Amino acid sequence: MSDTDDDAAEGWFASGSPAGTEAAGGDGALRARIAAGEADEPRDWPGLAVDSGFAESRDDYYDRLHEASVTATREAVRERERADDKQLVHAVRAMDDCERTANELAERAAEWAGSLFDGAEPGIEGARAVAERDPDGELERRAVSLAARVVDLAAERDALAETIERTAPAVAPNLAEMAGPELAARLIALAGGLETLAKKPSGTVQVLGAEDALFAHLSGRAPSPKHGIIYTHEYVRNTRPEDRGSAARALAGKLTLAARVDHYSGERRETLHEELRERMATIRARAESGNAGAADDTEGDA
Amino acid sequence: MTDAELPAGVERREIDGETRLATRGPPVYGEPTADGWRAWDPGRSKLGGMFELGFETGLSGGETVLYLGAASGTTVSHVADFAGPTYAVEFAPRPARDLVEAADPRDRLFPLLKDARTPERYAHVVESDVDAIVQDVATRGQAAVAVRNARFLADDGRLLLAIKARSEDVTAAPETVFEGALDRLREAYEILETGRLDRFHEDHLGVVATPR
Repeated sequence: MSDTDDDAAEGWFASGSPAGTEAAGGDGALRARIAAGEADEPRDWPGLAVDSGFAESRDDYYDRLHEASVTATREAVRERERADDKQLVHAVRAMDDCERTANELAERAAEWAGSLFDGAEPGIEGARAVAERDPDGELERRAVSLAARVVDLAAERDALAETIERTAPAVAPNLAEMAGPELAARLIALAGGLETLAKKPSGTVQVLGAEDALFAHLSGRAPSPKHGIIYTHEYVRNTRPEDRGSAARALAGKLTLAARVDHYSGERRETLHEELRERMATIRARAESGNAGAADDTEGDA
Repeated sequence: MTDAELPAGVERREIDGETRLATRGPPVYGEPTADGWRAWDPGRSKLGGMFELGFETGLSGGETVLYLGAASGTTVSHVADFAGPTYAVEFAPRPARDLVEAADPRDRLFPLLKDARTPERYAHVVESDVDAIVQDVATRGQAAVAVRNARFLADDGRLLLAIKARSEDVTAAPETVFEGALDRLREAYEILETGRLDRFHEDHLGVVATPR
């Protein structure tokens, strides 16, 4: 690599070995530069590459660029897809798919089993009982086998849930503690990643998962949603309806901070959890004092 | 809508008993093929829709192209089949995985995992004075993306843009969204032609523009 302030120095090929040295494609520095490099303005890179001796001709330049860009982008994609929060997103989506499919198939299996056996029960548990039967003849064999698939799918769903329980605290310790592993994984999945979740304002986190209601509200057809997926959190669900908006707002505010700490520092921060517990205690105290929305505490996201 | 408007390398061919737009190249997404020609479905591709609707794209074949929002490579693979060096920018890893596979057998298609909103991150790879920018990004601020990327385009180059109304504002009327986007575009471009792509893509506006 030359340290001259020559025009080619800003291009992706600046550190590359010259044409004909057989380093093309195997050159990690070039790939790294495609992935991480920058330039203020584009230039006639093919021409500059030929002038600087990186390539013999424009065709040769494009050949090397093709090889380097395909390899670099393939590596960058693999790295991004393996990032742990992405794996968590895959796991939670797979869990939902397994659950939904298991329930759907269980209905079909129960309907079929009901026509063949006495006392077939609906649902996954019903399928479990059918799966243990000793089939007689081709049709019974198929119906029992179908029920066995339902049981397998339900087992896969439970296995995925366990994986999420284990993985979520590693990916997002504060978020997983505050929301529980499953809700933490769902929030990350809805946002599209831990980083995107960390960058969202708490008002958005509050209604993640309630997009339909939010858009109905934005087009003037409905009141604004008070909560999205965070409704599944005990703090929201078990707060009386009059105070649920406040509870959802307080929880979303702290969840957002938790996601930010997890993404940018990764350390557990106890104060965050204490503050939320105090805030929730204040909100729930309203129910006991008997007057909703009284000025006994200050409203706010924090 | 005559063949004269189509670039060299894009033809109407008989495929599966229908006359369809097609380019020559290795298949990418399970599209129907005949004699090495791959059908180009205007319902899956904004640019394909623009060709089908007779837009004056200014493309004649062999151009250097910067494609923003390449996604899985459906459209950009057809572009690379008839154009020259083609830079394909896509930000999301999952579709980029497919894009890399579409690019692998096309020696003048260069996939880049980059955000079209930050051109500095790929200006060290994409050359200056490209003949055409094709843009199909589904984020808010589509016109701003086009303006920011104007630095890559030759003075007589063409911007071929599909604006998706719902990416800007789901509640506003598409016409209002398009007006606003065109105003923003005029900061850097002269608009040559616009037309709704609704026959193939609901609430999309096709735009042909050239740098001011």
